[in-house]
Amino acid sequence: MSNDQSTTNYRWVGKRTPRPDGVDKVTGRARYGDDMSVPGMLHCKILRSPHAHARIVSIDLSKAKALKGVKAVLTCAEIPDHPLSEPPYAPIINDMHDISRNVMAREKVLYDGHAVAAVAATSERIARAALKLIDVEYEVLPHVLDPLEAAQPGAPILNEDQFTFGDETEPKVPSNLFRSITGKRGDLEAGFAEADLIIEREFISEPVHQGYIEPLACIATTSEDGCVELWTTTQGHFVIRALCAKLLNMELAKIRVTASEIGGGFGGKNTIYGEPVAIRLSQMTGRPVRMVMTRTEVFRASGPTVGSRSKIKMGAKKDGTITAAEVDTWYQAGAFKGAPVGRAVETYFSSYKIANVRATCYDVCVNRPKVAAYRAPGAPMAAFAAEGAINELADRLGIDPIDFRLKNAVGEGDESLMGSKYGQIGLVEVLEKVKSHPHYAAPLGPNQGRGFALGYWMHGGGLSSVSAHLLDDGTVTVATGNPDIGGSRSSMRVMAAEELGIDIELIKPIVADTGSMGYSHLTAGSRTTFATGWAVVNAVREIIDKLRALAAKKWGISVDDVIWESGQAVPKKAGQDRIKPLSLKELAGMATKMGGAIAGHSEINAGGVGAAFSAQLVDVEVDPETGFVTPTRYTVVQDVGRAISPDYVEGQMQGGAVQGIGWALNEAYIYDAEGRLQNTGFLDYRMPVASDVPMIDTVLVEVPNPNHPYGVRGVGEPCLVPAPAAVANAVENAIGRTMSWLPLSPPKILQAIEELKLAAE
Amino acid sequence: MAELKYESPQTTEAAVALLAAGGPTARVFAGGTDLMVQMHEEMIEPTLLVDIKRISETRQITFEDDYVRIGAAVTGAELGEHAELKAMWPGVVEAVELIGSYQVQGRATIGGNLCNASPAADSVPALIAAAARVVIAGPGGVRDIPVEDMPVGPGRTSLAAGEFVTSLLLPKRAERAGDAYLRFIPRTEMDIAVVGVGVSVTLNPDGTCATARMALGAVAPTARLVKAASDILVGNKLDHAVLEALAEAASDACSPIDDKRGTIVFRTKVAGVLACRAAAIAWQRAEKN
Repeated sequence: MSNDQSTTNYRWVGKRTPRPDGVDKVTGRARYGDDMSVPGMLHCKILRSPHAHARIVSIDLSKAKALKGVKAVLTCAEIPDHPLSEPPYAPIINDMHDISRNVMAREKVLYDGHAVAAVAATSERIARAALKLIDVEYEVLPHVLDPLEAAQPGAPILNEDQFTFGDETEPKVPSNLFRSITGKRGDLEAGFAEADLIIEREFISEPVHQGYIEPLACIATTSEDGCVELWTTTQGHFVIRALCAKLLNMELAKIRVTASEIGGGFGGKNTIYGEPVAIRLSQMTGRPVRMVMTRTEVFRASGPTVGSRSKIKMGAKKDGTITAAEVDTWYQAGAFKGAPVGRAVETYFSSYKIANVRATCYDVCVNRPKVAAYRAPGAPMAAFAAEGAINELADRLGIDPIDFRLKNAVGEGDESLMGSKYGQIGLVEVLEKVKSHPHYAAPLGPNQGRGFALGYWMHGGGLSSVSAHLLDDGTVTVATGNPDIGGSRSSMRVMAAEELGIDIELIKPIVADTGSMGYSHLTAGSRTTFATGWAVVNAVREIIDKLRALAAKKWGISVDDVIWESGQAVPKKAGQDRIKPLSLKELAGMATKMGGAIAGHSEINAGGVGAAFSAQLVDVEVDPETGFVTPTRYTVVQDVGRAISPDYVEGQMQGGAVQGIGWALNEAYIYDAEGRLQNTGFLDYRMPVASDVPMIDTVLVEVPNPNHPYGVRGVGEPCLVPAPAAVANAVENAIGRTMSWLPLSPPKILQAIEELKLAAE
Repeated sequence: MAELKYESPQTTEAAVALLAAGGPTARVFAGGTDLMVQMHEEMIEPTLLVDIKRISETRQITFEDDYVRIGAAVTGAELGEHAELKAMWPGVVEAVELIGSYQVQGRATIGGNLCNASPAADSVPALIAAAARVVIAGPGGVRDIPVEDMPVGPGRTSLAAGEFVTSLLLPKRAERAGDAYLRFIPRTEMDIAVVGVGVSVTLNPDGTCATARMALGAVAPTARLVKAASDILVGNKLDHAVLEALAEAASDACSPIDDKRGTIVFRTKVAGVLACRAAAIAWQRAEKN
């Protein structure tokens, strides 16, 4: 199948088809994490630390164990310990030493909400009552929440066995700074010497939670032979299996994980929290154990994304050429190392051709929950700093922000700071589309401002497995190992139908469990439609080849003389037109009598990912007396490669923008002086509600990724990358001064307005 | 673990008897939109819930000679759909309608909003501005007090043991009367007031102010009546100088805290802003009546 842009004469690809998961979701029949129950199951509740940082002196479980209905109580003693992992460190560090301690605190508690003990009881009420009977003696320690403070000598140390990696002085004292990653090229000094204008700014962003609607939930069942079945809400049940097996020293084949329907994840359901606890409790009791977190627990104990502090310096010539850029960014990783510093360096300045550049990101531990992935991990905060500085450069040089970016835009053959080489990319097309969009020239009213920002993301590829089965009535099941978080079943079905040449209604897409499929990596990193979709194409092409062979056998001709066209086998050569083509349905009916059932499989490690760019225009109106911000218009223009299911692609783009609005305007963790989280629910953790956002207009730019059978680029993440920067830029434009500290909440904006007034007087 | 009992008496007397016998761990259950959340969060562990919704007085809106009686368990949705009440006290009704979401409005009650005693309760400043009174039944009989005497601190009311609220009384309105309630939240809905301002005015035929009451929420441990507002407004029109004085009086009346919902500086400033905006709306409504 050619992916040339001119051949878009598809029957299904790019069409708006009904979603295969829609009916069950609107009727409430879809089963999410906590919709499952198993006869005889116990209920697990977890005791959590009330302190931000404390040494655990002792834990007395005796009273809890004595409570009627309590079947088991565990602490870290029941969770295997593991040694610290050794370098070289992968971009995403899964250190079992840390995971073991995050699942259940060992020597110390490192954040408010850190798990300390767990109870399995015959009812949730009894389990909750038992938690109150557990006596934990703590020695409270000083805590630190800010990454810059935490990186200073003398700061309270979280992990006493952590020494800064890569420090050539071989440090003798432990540090909260785990490592830094630097990407650089050129000569900074020479670059800044060339500049006509140099700006230096500091930017701050706060950690924000993924805010998925469905809290974490699972049920673990252990058989007498030691085999475990786990039902859980996750973005990757194969990864959950791997992490649980490694942590609990079990064999992979003895854990079978089924992914429930998932109510959002955004990266936050890529790792384990309660799963190993439920497994251990089920091993201890011989009964199924169900663990459902409350929203409060989700906020206190599951990973948000990083907060950041950036010091950035950029220089440009009068003609708009960026001559040099450098940045240092401190990312707070939470209680354990693993902030997405590599991804940050990868995305810093990567939309621009800059000869002299350096970006350094620091991975720093603080007394907050360990960060998890969140939609383009590490990139939106980097874009907030970089795009903020670039907007100021363009503004002060009197150059249109789009022209400024066009002047410096990367193209085919250029490289990101971490060495990703761009192939065919749609950056210029995206920028030109923004410039010609009516939104760009629309007049603004009083107290209104317009913001713009650009975001880059290199999506993921990797391991995916697919089994496609042709059934003897001509219907097809397409099973993948990827939980459907953003419409993957629809996209898989569309690509399979396009290849097979049959109606989409004949295809049933399925998410299969870990016992039924080859390894499939997470539904994350904007990888699924790209990588798993590619495997679907391979698998159904295998079916097509088998059907051609079947037709050839029936007709007594060579398989090379049979082609597949519009859902049927057709003889290729002229003069064979007396042979009647055989449809997929006819061939399916013949298959079991002529050799056996027909299936196609694909287990791939997909490479050839394509860079994606998202540009966003946003208008806001600021109430000058209260600082309240109303986003009034929002347009997202993005290179999507090719939109397999445009409804879902637009939904992703809108969702990314909405999350960015929340991130920019109101979302933040609020701690008291003791480091206890104060806003553990959606009432005070202020994600936007529907009435807070305008219609998000979307423009799909389709510059196909030449490496993929259908030209797919990942679309889920790029759309969040520029959003906080764009909204902040709009606020700046509305009130007439720079704003560098997210969230731009009403008190902050009102203060800025008052300061401006004072300065004017 | 203490057992939880549920009762749903049909008379005020029966409810009073149950509450009196139930002691400090007995709770009144109306809409339950605060109570249930507090129970789930384990902030409270009641042993007895007395559901007052089967007592007919608590579920009715009746127009009597001098006032409108609103049952304590009348929901936000019911108030919002009551055209006559809405025309008479639009500010009170819009304040109640701001509580929670569309779904919560079907359960949440005006009496519950008052008795939950949150300093940020939306209905309370509007009710104080309206000079509403609270009818309380208890072991000693029935009494009524001004709304502003009901909350005594965050989460605490002046109700004595065995007492509960059966209804609220809103005065009937003469001509040229209007009220309004505005709150500030960082979102557009589903949030809790950072500042709330209720204003009620009546105007003289010449357009000057005859009577005025203004109350603030979320800027002190309890909603408070701003007594100075009456002196500033009465006898005057709503010109720039009056508005400036009103804003200053509102800001002066604030003694807020810095918390997760707002800062002292912000609350103090915005109280003044909203006071002027609410007064302008109340004025406009009065001019049309």
